[in-house]
Amino acid sequence: MTSHTFKPDMPPPSKVFGPVAWMRQNLFSSWINTLLTLFAIYLIWLVVPPLLSWAIFDANWVGTTRADCTKAGACWVFIEQRFGQFMYGYYPQELRWRVDLTVWLAIIGVAPLFIKAMPRKAIYGLSFLFIYPIVAYILLHGGVFDLVNVPTSQWGGLMLTLVIATVGIAGALPLGVILALGRRSEMPAIRVMCVTFIEFWRGVPLITVLFMSSVMLPLFLPEGMNFDKLLRALIGVILFQSAYVAEVVRGGMQAIPKGQYEAAAAMGLGYWRRMGLVILPQALKMVIPGLVNTVIALFKDTSLVIIIGLFDLLNSVKQAAADPKWLGMATEGYVFAALVFWIFCFGMSRYSMHLERKLDTGHKR
Amino acid sequence: MQNQISAPKQRLSLSDPKVRAWLFQIITVVAVVAMGWYLFDNTQTNLQHRGITSGFGFLENSAGFGIAQHLIPFTESDTYARVFLIGLLNTLLVTFIGVILATLLGFIVGVARLSNNWIINKLATVYVEVFRNIPPLLQILFWYFAVFLTLPGPRAAHGFLGSFFVSSRGLNMPAAIATDAAWPFVISVVLAIVAIVFMTRWANKRFEATGVPFHKFWAGLALFIVIPALCALIFGAPVHWELPELKGFNFVGGWVLIPELLALTLALTVYTAAFIAEIVRSGIKSVSHGQTEAARSLGLRPGPTLRKVIIPQALRVIIPPLTSQYLNLAKNSSLAAGIGYPEMVSLFAGTVLNQTGQAIEVIAITMSVYLAISISISLLMNWYNKRIALIER
Repeated sequence: MTSHTFKPDMPPPSKVFGPVAWMRQNLFSSWINTLLTLFAIYLIWLVVPPLLSWAIFDANWVGTTRADCTKAGACWVFIEQRFGQFMYGYYPQELRWRVDLTVWLAIIGVAPLFIKAMPRKAIYGLSFLFIYPIVAYILLHGGVFDLVNVPTSQWGGLMLTLVIATVGIAGALPLGVILALGRRSEMPAIRVMCVTFIEFWRGVPLITVLFMSSVMLPLFLPEGMNFDKLLRALIGVILFQSAYVAEVVRGGMQAIPKGQYEAAAAMGLGYWRRMGLVILPQALKMVIPGLVNTVIALFKDTSLVIIIGLFDLLNSVKQAAADPKWLGMATEGYVFAALVFWIFCFGMSRYSMHLERKLDTGHKR
Repeated sequence: MQNQISAPKQRLSLSDPKVRAWLFQIITVVAVVAMGWYLFDNTQTNLQHRGITSGFGFLENSAGFGIAQHLIPFTESDTYARVFLIGLLNTLLVTFIGVILATLLGFIVGVARLSNNWIINKLATVYVEVFRNIPPLLQILFWYFAVFLTLPGPRAAHGFLGSFFVSSRGLNMPAAIATDAAWPFVISVVLAIVAIVFMTRWANKRFEATGVPFHKFWAGLALFIVIPALCALIFGAPVHWELPELKGFNFVGGWVLIPELLALTLALTVYTAAFIAEIVRSGIKSVSHGQTEAARSLGLRPGPTLRKVIIPQALRVIIPPLTSQYLNLAKNSSLAAGIGYPEMVSLFAGTVLNQTGQAIEVIAITMSVYLAISISISLLMNWYNKRIALIER
């Protein structure tokens, strides 16, 4: 008896599979596509090699002064030398551990929230939300428990950017939710006030808001009472951002089917319980991606405090680039700042896309 | 026997939701008014103590400073009101140029992101992801301090076609000076437009009556070129070009776009285009593929399919967020304060405020300008939205 042996499989046709076929399909499928491909390759060839040689191969990496930058490329020595200023501003050198500690505490504190199996997440999250700001304020500002006071005028760099962004969103979120509730309220006076408030702040640029908070706020307050410059900026940012948060939250509330409102009312729940137990949990969950986008916008907007003379990351770079010892380093400085901003914003936008997929529990019908 | 059911007696009680609503509203209104009054009172006292007289009288005073770019004539002795007008015009100029360029670039990148050409697709993605994640102010500062100010001076300027020069002083380009033949030319252009309108109407009527199509686009283009060209032949050239010339250390003649304007428009264009590209992409993707197939099965060729089926439906999704991007661009033009381009905020809320100290009036005027712009754009938007909204049955 002879056993039948199969012939070996034929290789897949090279016109359908493999790199050549892929290129034919994706790069040279028609004469227009071929032209476009060639044009794109030309563009890349024009931009990428000079950029790489400037930023990496011809760049100066080691040294302490401007004179050490002898090669044609970028002078990253400038960034290395001024790194402290870019991160902490004029925060005293020997006290910078306090800033580091604050950041580490935030990371360690938030990390458990990302563990799926963690019990009592809500209670932990809320208590963290209440305790952490106090700890952070004590650490950064000092003045109690033998900690030396560091006035906010010395705060700066990336640290200030992060402070403005986090305080801004932490303040804007509750205010925004209240405004959204007000805008959806059935009481005409409340609704009109909330709509006016929201549309006013959404209609003006943040820069004018900052101008207003820096020149008009002192006029509004009783004589002799004066605010810290940073606090004034924060008030402006919070008011401005709360209007945007309100619109995002309102979008979520409108997307909740009417049946949910009616069912909650039929259960005999009062207004606050109806909102707090039924509507808002669903609405907020639905708009988390939108809220993250608001946070990204806020993070980018923090750079505007340069206008009222606060030394955030961007202003630190601008100041350092104007230093006579480092003239002509503007490009390196701005590229560095852009990179830092980009990493934060891109990371957040990816996270928001991830959330969108994760939280998609089928409300789209 | 009549059974009388009397309604329960209405009594004012806190358990009545209507009463509570009224009470709550009254309390809120009173609180807001009291707060407003408190702030107003503080402001009055503060102003008195500082010796600032409020009111808009300062607008009549002479400004006493020069402005780098003004679209209408300006001298140092002109009033603050005129400074305001110049700032407003410069804001509108940046917004106008920015909107046009950002729309063009945004549509190109948005379509490129949908391309089935892998490399074009990826390039467009990289563009969008890079530029929308960098703060616009940072981009403005980058273009200004790291690019335009580091260009060589006028004597070593980069020239294009012998009439465009890029240097650290900005972009010098030929100026169009109107000649005597300018008016006839303008009239001929108007005539051409009127002719096109009539031609389109006639063509549409004929198409509806007989179904015979007419090449409206090509005929219109021909009208638009031929009539003004004839006019130029008869009356002579409508403009003559004044070329910029290097004299001493700077260019003389021609128009100049100052580096602040270039940096601002470039940065805003690049930034906004990244957002517009995403809007365009999602708009086109929102039209289901069945629409294309249906159009093709009706016998429409690829061109008309795109023009008459895909684009109208995609525009319905694209236009609302697109206008809000335009609005953002208008508001972001205020970032010019970072580089000192003389628009609304840096000129009026910056220089004029510092000179006069009229904080409240100046900020109020500035904010109302932006409010007016955004309200008018959103009104326009709502009207348009209503017009094109799907009529659902």
